[in-house]
Amino acid sequence: MAIETPEGIDMILRPAGLVCRALAFGIDLGIRIALIGALLLLFQLFGSFGIGLGAITMFVVNWWYMVLFEVLNQGRTPGKRAMGLRVVHDDGTPIGWASSLIRNLLRFIDMLPLGYGVGAVTCLNHPAFKRLGDLAAGTLVIHTDLPVQRPNLPTAAPVVIPVALQIEEQRALLSLAERQVELSEARTQELAVILAEPLRIPANTAIAHVNGMARSLLGQS
Amino acid sequence: MKQSQFENRHQSQWQRLRECLDALERGKNDPATQDNFPGDYRRLCHQLALAQERGYSSHLIDELHQLAMRGHQQLYRHRSAIGARFLSFILAGFPRQVRAEWRFVLVASLLFFGSLAGMGLLVYGFPDLIYSIVSPAQLSDIQSQYDPAASRIGQALERASDDDWMMFGYYIMNNIGIAFQTYASGLLFGVGSLFFLLFNGLMIGAVAGHLTDIGSGQTFWSFVIGHGAFELTAIALAGAAGLKLGWALLAPRRLTRSEALRIAAQSSVRLIGGVMLLLLIAAFIEAYWSSMTWPSPLIKYLVGATLWLLVALYLTLAGRTPHAPD
Repeated sequence: MAIETPEGIDMILRPAGLVCRALAFGIDLGIRIALIGALLLLFQLFGSFGIGLGAITMFVVNWWYMVLFEVLNQGRTPGKRAMGLRVVHDDGTPIGWASSLIRNLLRFIDMLPLGYGVGAVTCLNHPAFKRLGDLAAGTLVIHTDLPVQRPNLPTAAPVVIPVALQIEEQRALLSLAERQVELSEARTQELAVILAEPLRIPANTAIAHVNGMARSLLGQS
Repeated sequence: MKQSQFENRHQSQWQRLRECLDALERGKNDPATQDNFPGDYRRLCHQLALAQERGYSSHLIDELHQLAMRGHQQLYRHRSAIGARFLSFILAGFPRQVRAEWRFVLVASLLFFGSLAGMGLLVYGFPDLIYSIVSPAQLSDIQSQYDPAASRIGQALERASDDDWMMFGYYIMNNIGIAFQTYASGLLFGVGSLFFLLFNGLMIGAVAGHLTDIGSGQTFWSFVIGHGAFELTAIALAGAAGLKLGWALLAPRRLTRSEALRIAAQSSVRLIGGVMLLLLIAAFIEAYWSSMTWPSPLIKYLVGATLWLLVALYLTLAGRTPHAPD
């Protein structure tokens, strides 16, 4: 999903599906149970003052755990962080108090009738995997980006590319150069020959040419 | 310009931006690095557009793109002074919101207070009706709580000040939890909020009518009048917020249902913020003032009436002049 920012660049958001969100919720649930258990054990030492404190803790952990983490920790609860997810507004801006409160209060409805029934159904029926709470709050759960790694390419003399390539075409060329280690030579040759004609390179030295082009694309020489 | 030249020229800027973003994401506020941040970010966006236009390699573009997204997340974060906003919300924003939603507030109040009063009168007139709502075991529990002979009320046993704390925690958990449920269940086309409003109204009304009928009226009314001002109002308002959600789904007017829901949620959540405040005050009064037995019932009635008046004045008058909170 692409959204244009005020600076005139396109932001790409990748909405997260049901399974990884459910896993993230599971992790958060485990953490919450452990937290409540530990604190209740601690508060037992203080008698009825501790029970009062325990009740407040229960309330805070139950209703505020998600909200506090989402707003104060870059839209990520510990579970979401573990699964590489984050919550943002529909327009890609960071989530605020009101939206986070809405989406987490309406979790109560998403949990009905049991085991997130409503939430799962609406999530699977929405193109951006939104549950009811997300719909009302105008929020989106997205995958966070993994750091980019520069690929290791086979050595070859750089070759200037005769035609201007689109970004997708560049990616295809680079991934062919990158994956050569995993492919048999015959298969590489076969794939490279497909590129020979559009790129105007001789078919018999197609592999070397493709590698050379990949290197020049990367700006290595 | 070749890609490697381009990278070499701007590498140090990107590195600086990266360090600045790392610091921002960890929540550090270092004014020295932050002064450069918006400028650095805009320059990066420009460079990204340039790199895309010139057809530089996908790896460079991906890297710059991620950097730009991280920058976007930090630049558009809401960093207003939270104290000032909170104060202006209490002084003006919340009562204004309540008045703006007066239709829903009126409906919810009628439902809640209407069912409460109606059920109270019915049970007072026909005492047997109480058993159709409350089970006998619960009833004897409630009766012993408000037994005029008990020295501290609201609870069967004598309470020390420690116990006030315990009840404070309990009231917070219980009451705010109920308010949240009342609100959230409004999403079921308003039916959930209707149910919670009526259910709570009938329940409280029945208990009130019954206790008055059996002669514990003095203890009961002097106990509840103080915090009731905040608690009952808060429940009615939570119901109003829930009804607003449900209404947005039932009658979205010219918007799509999801759009109407989004707008209704944004304004009704402000009501919920105020409801939480009211309930915090209510829990405090309930635990520390209502449970005291030394003030005579007359004092309690007077204080209670004052509190009701205060709440009413607050909701109707506060924030009328536009710039009052500044």
